[in-house]
Amino acid sequence: MAEASSDFDPREKVHGDPIEMPHLACGAMAGSKPYPAAPNHQEPLGFPGELVPDWHDKAISRLGELLDSNKALRVYLDSCVKCGACTDKCHYFLGTSDPKNMPVARQDLLRKVYRRHFTLAGKYFPKLVGAEDLTKDVLGDWYSYFHQCSQCRRCSVFCPYGIDTAEISMAARDIMDTIGMGQKYSNEIIGKVFNIGNNLGLPPKALKATLEGLAEEIEEETGVPVKLPIDVKGAEILLVTPSADFFASPHMEGLIGYAKVLHESGVSWTLSSHASEAANFGMFIGSQENMQKVAMRIRDAAIELGVKRVVIGECGHAWRVAYSFLNTLAGPFDFLDPRYPFPQHICEFTNDLIEKGKLKFDKSKNDEYRLTFHDSCNVARASRMGDKPGGQFDIPRAVLRAVCNHYFDMAPETIRDQTFCCGGGGGLLTDELMDLRTKGAMPRMRALKEVAEEHGVTHMAAICAICKAQFSKVLPQYGFDREAIVSVHQMVSNAIILTGSVQEKELEESHHD
Amino acid sequence: MVTIIYATAFYAASLLLVIALGRRIWLYATTPAPLKIPTTPAPTTKGGVVLRMVREVTVFESLFRSNKWIWLFGWIFHLSLAVVLLRHLRYFLQPVPYPIALVQPFGVIAGFTMVAGLLALWARRIVVERIRYISGPSDHLMLALLVAIGLSGLNLKFLARTDIVDVKEFFLGLMYFDFSHLHRLPADPALLLHLTLVLCLMVVFPFSKLLHAPGVFFSPSRMQADDTREHRYARSAKLESTPRRA
Repeated sequence: MAEASSDFDPREKVHGDPIEMPHLACGAMAGSKPYPAAPNHQEPLGFPGELVPDWHDKAISRLGELLDSNKALRVYLDSCVKCGACTDKCHYFLGTSDPKNMPVARQDLLRKVYRRHFTLAGKYFPKLVGAEDLTKDVLGDWYSYFHQCSQCRRCSVFCPYGIDTAEISMAARDIMDTIGMGQKYSNEIIGKVFNIGNNLGLPPKALKATLEGLAEEIEEETGVPVKLPIDVKGAEILLVTPSADFFASPHMEGLIGYAKVLHESGVSWTLSSHASEAANFGMFIGSQENMQKVAMRIRDAAIELGVKRVVIGECGHAWRVAYSFLNTLAGPFDFLDPRYPFPQHICEFTNDLIEKGKLKFDKSKNDEYRLTFHDSCNVARASRMGDKPGGQFDIPRAVLRAVCNHYFDMAPETIRDQTFCCGGGGGLLTDELMDLRTKGAMPRMRALKEVAEEHGVTHMAAICAICKAQFSKVLPQYGFDREAIVSVHQMVSNAIILTGSVQEKELEESHHD
Repeated sequence: MVTIIYATAFYAASLLLVIALGRRIWLYATTPAPLKIPTTPAPTTKGGVVLRMVREVTVFESLFRSNKWIWLFGWIFHLSLAVVLLRHLRYFLQPVPYPIALVQPFGVIAGFTMVAGLLALWARRIVVERIRYISGPSDHLMLALLVAIGLSGLNLKFLARTDIVDVKEFFLGLMYFDFSHLHRLPADPALLLHLTLVLCLMVVFPFSKLLHAPGVFFSPSRMQADDTREHRYARSAKLESTPRRA
């Protein structure tokens, strides 16, 4: 695996202000490119296998189609005044110093082509307004720099017009896919979802074996026969969770947490082998068709299993797709029980039970953890939990505070809606981009270092599979423990006292003493 | 001759401004927004969205959170511009409404603060490395045009005063298509310079980044309510017609 380039020493860079502005280093990241998609990754998604001969004309006509079908793209390409408000807001810019990673400069890669072909000023005075033809070089820049955007929307928070670079980079990736210039990582994964049902390509048989293993593990630990049911018709709740939860650490510990909470709630629930994946990489590549196709699996599974509610596990962009898009793309979901929000986040589900006093915790079980919380970008800036705006910040924190004694927030300019991306979101969680991922994690790593030094914070909790996977890789590079990243429901799992469990008896005995 | 040229130019520029800007606004309004993408936390109601937009366009809330210097200079410029425009209404309204009469002295001060704000923004464009990097020729020219309009206006007020009564008669004549009494526009170079620059601005407006003015009202990340769980959002015909099982 490629480490960060030699002039970037993470252990040295970990000290400092998370929002420190670097000096510009032009072209520093021009060589960063993800592996290209092969024809067998492209074609199942409806894209040409390789760069088409008339790529220029096809790209321009696709841009025209997107302009006509997406208000955001049209308004955002016109409205930028180059005020500079976004210039120091992108974690990839702060980490790499490459000026083309400033949000406005990234947008301009597409905007200059838009101006040349779709505006009067760009047609007649290209030099004056920075309009440029779409050349092979420009296309190369697109492939490089639109794959250095994790679509985290931090820039859109600060833009006076709300210009969202995520929308621009999604459009650019859609255009590149359309002319046969896709990215391997995202497109291969979407293919796996279509073929097998989840991003990791776990077949139903392996999935069932894993779930049985986990149930045994829980029973061994607690003495309670907590089940992790799959494909159970007539269950009340369908749980859709990222497939990493079936496979990797600390994701799996989170899944154990959901299972314990769901068991304790007394509501019947099931997973689905057809929709064994909450993630939807169709969003990352900006392809509404593929996003919709992936989203339909959840509808199909809900109908097939006859469930009344849908709960989504810990996954950032999946929660955005579920919360903001699912009803539009695959709705209406009028066959579900209208008394419950559709969809519901597992943190909302757990928090409701906590507020109703239905869950019992022994917080001291988490005393070895001094915790902070990493707001995942898509949850923070593209969704909500609970009834009030900002519930997406308060509810996971409320859950953490209910299950542990030591909780500390990171610096205010690095959390809530100003949170920094982990550095691996938006379809960039692939090994060949490790240099970019390491550098992009710098602002978050600095914020974590601050609370580690100030409050002795040992662990950071998150509710996103991509964040968890990314941090597992970059934490050691910055001198932290690889296991310093934990799932929120892992903390829930540690502290929860299941009815009739060994832990409950122990607790009662200790009270009697 | 001067009168005829400027009368024609103002009609042409106004027509162009209305048509081109109208077309642009029409495009913004009618292009579908297939998905809900408000930047959250966002208001959950339409009333909340209106409030968010009011804060955005009056006090530049997002910009304030981003960068205090850009906010300060940008806000001073825009506020001053608004006051200056209000002051200028007296050249187009007869009789002059009381509030417009009241605003006159502030309008003069605003003329200076407008130029000051623009120069400060321009200085940032040159001095701050990352903003210099993103600035193109048109960004500098736009600032130059606005500064020139401000300075040529102040010049008319303080150094090269013109017959303002004639100017007002000229514009009232244009506005009411009253050509029989069309008064002659004073042929002062200082006045003609100011008017020419304003004509330039009117022509450039619908083809430039000044489109941010209507654009902000159509920005989905700011003008959408966060209510997808409460109300199903389906605006795209393509999505509605997608065949599905069940």
